[in-house]
Amino acid sequence: MADEKKIGAYICKGCGIGDRVDTAQMVSIATRDAKAHVAKEHEFLCNADGIKMIQDDIDNEGVNHVAICACSRRAKVEAFNFDNVAISRGNIREGVIWVRPDTDEARETTQEMADDYVRMAVTEVKFMERPKGNEEAVYNKKLLVVGGGVSGMTAAIEASKTGYPVHIVEKTAALGGAAARMYKGLPMKAPYDAPADTGVADMIAAIEADSNITVHLNSTLTKTSGAPGRFSADISTESGSTTTENFGAIVQATGYSEYDASQLPELGYGKASNVVTQAELDEMALAANGGAIKTKDGKDINSVVFVQCAGQRSDKEGHLDYCSGHCCQTSIKQALYFKEQNPDVDTNIIYSDLRTPGVSGEDFYRAGQRNGVTFTKGEVAEVVQDGDSLAVKFKDLILDEDTAEKADLVVLATGMIPNGGVNIDEVGQDEPGQFTVNVDSILNLDYRQGKDLPQLTKGFNDSHFICFPYETRRTGIYTCGPVRRPMDGAQAIEDAVGATMKALQEIENAGKGRAAHPRSGDLSYPSFRREGCTQCKRCTVECPFGAIDEDEQRFPQFNEARCRRCGTCMGACPVRVISFENYSVDSVGQQLKNVDIPDEFEEKPRILVLACENDAYPALDMAAMNKTEYSAYARIIPVRCLGSVNLIWITDAMNSGYDGVILMGCQKGENYQCHFVKGSEIAHTRMSKVDDTLQSLSLEPERVETYEIAITDIERAPKLINDMAETIEKIGLSPFKF
Amino acid sequence: MASDAINYYRNNFLKEVEANVEEGAWVKMCMQCGVCAGSCPLGNAWEHTPQKIFMMIRAGKRDEVLSSDAMWMCTSCYNCIARCPRELPITHIMHGLANYAHRLGLAPKNQPTRKFATMFWNNLTKKGRVNELKLGIALYFMNGLVNGIKVAIKAMPLGMSMMKTKRLSPMEILGGHGIKDTSGFHAILKKAREIEDAKMKKFD
Repeated sequence: MADEKKIGAYICKGCGIGDRVDTAQMVSIATRDAKAHVAKEHEFLCNADGIKMIQDDIDNEGVNHVAICACSRRAKVEAFNFDNVAISRGNIREGVIWVRPDTDEARETTQEMADDYVRMAVTEVKFMERPKGNEEAVYNKKLLVVGGGVSGMTAAIEASKTGYPVHIVEKTAALGGAAARMYKGLPMKAPYDAPADTGVADMIAAIEADSNITVHLNSTLTKTSGAPGRFSADISTESGSTTTENFGAIVQATGYSEYDASQLPELGYGKASNVVTQAELDEMALAANGGAIKTKDGKDINSVVFVQCAGQRSDKEGHLDYCSGHCCQTSIKQALYFKEQNPDVDTNIIYSDLRTPGVSGEDFYRAGQRNGVTFTKGEVAEVVQDGDSLAVKFKDLILDEDTAEKADLVVLATGMIPNGGVNIDEVGQDEPGQFTVNVDSILNLDYRQGKDLPQLTKGFNDSHFICFPYETRRTGIYTCGPVRRPMDGAQAIEDAVGATMKALQEIENAGKGRAAHPRSGDLSYPSFRREGCTQCKRCTVECPFGAIDEDEQRFPQFNEARCRRCGTCMGACPVRVISFENYSVDSVGQQLKNVDIPDEFEEKPRILVLACENDAYPALDMAAMNKTEYSAYARIIPVRCLGSVNLIWITDAMNSGYDGVILMGCQKGENYQCHFVKGSEIAHTRMSKVDDTLQSLSLEPERVETYEIAITDIERAPKLINDMAETIEKIGLSPFKF
Repeated sequence: MASDAINYYRNNFLKEVEANVEEGAWVKMCMQCGVCAGSCPLGNAWEHTPQKIFMMIRAGKRDEVLSSDAMWMCTSCYNCIARCPRELPITHIMHGLANYAHRLGLAPKNQPTRKFATMFWNNLTKKGRVNELKLGIALYFMNGLVNGIKVAIKAMPLGMSMMKTKRLSPMEILGGHGIKDTSGFHAILKKAREIEDAKMKKFD
């Protein structure tokens, strides 16, 4: 197809559009004002006949840029899907007729709205390029699994079953991880009433029998570089030899370490003889192998007290402030070790809140109760040696009294600490061109932003537990198991399957040069004009996914396959040298400039709304479906992420005579809802500096507002637009109208 | 203190309750949510709520449980059974505990419910039928002579009209009517007691 752009604009009259606005006028605006080469209207654009009309123009007239002015870009996506052309959408249905009253007074402003959306759609597509695809895309089916515990082994087995070769890198001398040191695991099958085999031995056997899985024992990663499809990992053994392998994606299943119980002297650990942690008791049970569990000095055990939340769910200095999720069930499991041996052994689990998440859950709790395990809601004050045995002093919270119990063995339910490597906020990366191995790092990434995965909270690596599980902020690297959040074995298995599926998807996407979640399938990627770059480093620092490295001359080095296409780099760039083929400083900037701004005597203000396409834009669409009216002066442009908003758009809008600008992004901060993690936050920071600029232009700061909008803010989003219209009415029109 | 507590939080008393108390095997299944305590219409009149009683059993507080007046306060409204998320037959357990405490002689001596229950049982087992007149009079005078006269005078119009409509015969005071085979009935009760006693396991 020729390089020359031939723009076709197609205006739909269906869904009542033809009854409400003058589509013939819109056709003439498309050709006369916006300079589309072809412009047509159709009674019912998304039906077979309408689609054929567009396809005919593409095939016969050489139309390669299509502006469809019909419904929202979120509707009829499948119908308006043409190969090998650039497509833009003008939102006449949800954006215009559904949010305006069908009255004579409103007719003029409604028509103006529709006309502007035609101008914007045609202009947008004019400044779009059809993505050519990433020439650097590499297809490598090999998966690297870091960690050989339950999560890692599951990931390897699942990937291999699907036909992808796997390498497992395990730091210790054997596969199995924490579960290999357990006598039994939590039940994974109904009726969930007794401790069950951990399944570790079967997994190891399956891996050893699988020629598709290569295991590197006693090995760590000393350097990981590249991007999805072309990761390169240096796998070094303890003895010092290093092999380098290439991978398509990485699953990090590095598990957890146990909290150091010696920080709990009040609970007798390290002071009294028979105070152990859950992990130590499991080792004792493993050694007894079904026989009676004895104390370290070989004595019989007739009474056991389990102390839940030992050093966790506590805000004391040095304690963990979160719940490790598995410990209540682990204590039930261990109490049942004793009950299975001898029902007369007294077992008392002292808890503050019994929590049994996971597959075995309540059923396992009931099984413990049925077998005579005593559950006491209480707070343990201290554990002291009392003659031959131990005295556990605690407050019974149901009976509301301080009491004590004697026990032969006390088991502390200490928490999980993720093996997440180094905290990249504290441990920076080496200078470009230099790289030293950090022994505490898991991945030893050579990424500009740091050697390990960013931590979401409390050392756990993830990008968002609920919205995007397994996704980290490093594309192509997925976490599963307790490194992601505290969990038990069954959950770790489920987790590993999920993360592996994500990793295999990414291998396939990377092979085709397509973006990963959330813009999956997007073929565009950021390109930058090197000669214009001032090496300010904003893009390399602000990229939420660490996709941009720096070369030795400190120019940004884009790694397309790591990019999620949010455009945060584009929004960051002060000299505007970063753009995408289908989303650029111009594709948005020219849209807002091509809106018809009435002069001040007409008293028709214009409000520019830049709305996040993930939350705010759908919220406005849904408001339209509810026929919620908002000001006819608003012109809404969806943006990939508020982080992609370049300040030049605000400046241009002000200079063009807009009276107000509203930015709608997602919730930011600790409980962020942003698909691109930091985009909304970065945008808020940037916009907080806009006020000074406005004041220097003698403009009121109220003219630019930044909001956090959730997808559910169906009533609030239109209200904010109306509020801005009211504000403008109060403070008057912008003086910058020409 | 630690040494005194040696027998607390052991399974001993729980096992005794399971063996000797009606529906006692359910006690260990309580998950301490407190819904029973919150649902009981007499909740704040009790010394211990069902939730606490169950915890005390599990904590091994035998004397405190069996001498508690809590089980005697239950009016069998069944709110707790209807609401218990773990489906414990709480009302039945309460009555079972009361009965067990009574048989061991550990129940509170002057607990009115216990007194009346004993009166009712003795009245019933004498002739196999409840002598309503005697039971009524005994109930009036349960709290002493003066109080009994006051209550009786107050209830006089009711008694008179019951007499007129032949719902109450003053002749019953002389002994009243019974079932045909009183001695056979007593033999049944004796045998039942023997069976019960044989079933009861010894715990101290």
